[in-house]
Amino acid sequence: MLDFLVQRVAISIVTFFLITLIVFAGVRMIPGDPARVMAGTDADEAGLQEIREKYGLNDPIPVQYVRWLGLALRGDLGESIRTREPVVKTVAVKLPITIQLACFSLIIAIGIAIPAGVFSAVRRNTVWDFLANAVSLGGVSIPSFWLGIMLILFLSVRLHLLPASGFVPLFQDPLGNLQRMLMPAFVLGGALAAVLMRQTRNSMIEVMSANYIRTAYSKGLAESVVVFRHALRNGLIPIVTILGLQMGTLMGGAVVTEQIFVVPGFGRLIVEAVFTRDYPLVQGVVLITASTYVLINLLVDVSYSLLNPRIRVKGSASES
Amino acid sequence: MTAAAVKVPGQVAAPSPDTRPRRAWRRALRRPPAFVGAAIVLLFVVAAVGAPWIAATDPVRTDWSQIRKPPTLAHPFGTDDLGRDVYSRVVWGTRISMQAGVFAILLAIAFGVPTGLVAGYYRGAIDQAVMRLTDAWLSFPFLILAIGLVTILGPSLTNATVAIGMAATPTYIRLTRGLVLSAAQEDYVQGARALGGGDVRMMFRHILPNIFSALLVQATVSIPGAIIAEAILSFLGLGVQPPAPSWGTMLNTAQQFLETAPWMAWWPGLAIFFLALSFNLAGDGLRDFLDPKDY
Repeated sequence: MLDFLVQRVAISIVTFFLITLIVFAGVRMIPGDPARVMAGTDADEAGLQEIREKYGLNDPIPVQYVRWLGLALRGDLGESIRTREPVVKTVAVKLPITIQLACFSLIIAIGIAIPAGVFSAVRRNTVWDFLANAVSLGGVSIPSFWLGIMLILFLSVRLHLLPASGFVPLFQDPLGNLQRMLMPAFVLGGALAAVLMRQTRNSMIEVMSANYIRTAYSKGLAESVVVFRHALRNGLIPIVTILGLQMGTLMGGAVVTEQIFVVPGFGRLIVEAVFTRDYPLVQGVVLITASTYVLINLLVDVSYSLLNPRIRVKGSASES
Repeated sequence: MTAAAVKVPGQVAAPSPDTRPRRAWRRALRRPPAFVGAAIVLLFVVAAVGAPWIAATDPVRTDWSQIRKPPTLAHPFGTDDLGRDVYSRVVWGTRISMQAGVFAILLAIAFGVPTGLVAGYYRGAIDQAVMRLTDAWLSFPFLILAIGLVTILGPSLTNATVAIGMAATPTYIRLTRGLVLSAAQEDYVQGARALGGGDVRMMFRHILPNIFSALLVQATVSIPGAIIAEAILSFLGLGVQPPAPSWGTMLNTAQQFLETAPWMAWWPGLAIFFLALSFNLAGDGLRDFLDPKDY
């Protein structure tokens, strides 16, 4: 068990360092003087010199990387070109909004996918199963940003049921916040639900054919007990991993969803940063996103091994 | 192997040899959704190739007397904010979407498959290095990686295609490597090696053809993802630049006119949806067709 944990953590650390290398190299690949890239187009020669001094841009590249990494590990990702605010501070303001959106989406996704997946696995090859599969396939194929636009068209423009866009903080106006978060969370969660439902169905079908399920049935247990107490517990294990891997899709989806519904979160920040050529901000945001993803998947793998003793024994979770 | 069974003298040939392609064909016939999917994909290909004939109206010609007109006989999908024919723009947009989706995935295959092949075949240090790099590359969410790359390269259709292709590459490295690892253990590979086959010959003549079908299925199901990614990048203004007709840029404009011209938002979105759906249906069918194990 300890071996597995150590190995898994070591791999994550290596991955993290490679990520920092990629992000560092990425910004260096932008054509032009890095000082000008970081300072923005309106900086004068004195400003450029200051930037070169601060980030040691006159030093050899490896030295620069080590210094940049040192600063990054201490939480200094530089300053935004536009606002002159520290990148970390800007992210800290925007991130909670996206985390709230992501949590709502997760609740919606799990709330739809798990019951639907279990139901279609138990009632395999019935009309309901077929219907659930069709909806799931549609959900995978529908471009989420178009779904968002259509929801705005019908629920806001036509029926005036929900506000089309905007954001109010949760603690300031809980009802207003929920009203505005509902559509973006549904768009983001719907796409995830489609993927999760397919996985839940496959996983449950596999589990339901196991011998211990037949035993449970032949003991005379009620179907609900067999399905929920015996099958679902084991069937959910692979779903946890899928959920971890889908976090990246969720983060990417937040970029578009926040853009459509004008939610001032992390995703909108990325797009704004890209358009204003605010490279330190882009660099910081991308680094934070990728690191978060590595961390989430490390936690998922560790919790997975706690949930499923078979992995610990084989110690092969990192291979797949 | 061909369908023609080798006739052994003295043995009675079966009246209808139940060969593999024939069985697969019958299995495919039992899957109408896959057929419908493949047919719709073909229809989109026809639209992309035959755009100049199918949509004779110039997709970028503006007409100030026809601004945001609802669908009519002359403009079956209506007109947009600059009086351009939406039908024509949707048809021409097929070209851009198909091009971006297919080329991005071809690029990912061109880089990913050889890399995965080498990593899986030689294993050891090369494998470890490639896999750790792939892990790191995969830690960037697909879309955020694509956005980051477009930031470096600059927004255009070509750059968006390259960015999507690069973002999709690690999936192919991983898949190929996994397939090679299991194929390399097979008897026919061991046999070929025993006969003195060189590394390159082993990889490209013996292993690659045997993992090809799995790669083909993966390509079919990842093209719709690439098409949607291109639409998203263009929607965000990072892909195709106006006035070129792209479904993503059309939706971006349409969002500003939802109240007065909702038809501008219907058609490009429906086009993306149907193209992605039919690729997914065809991909599911292809998986059953090529891989009897899963069926």
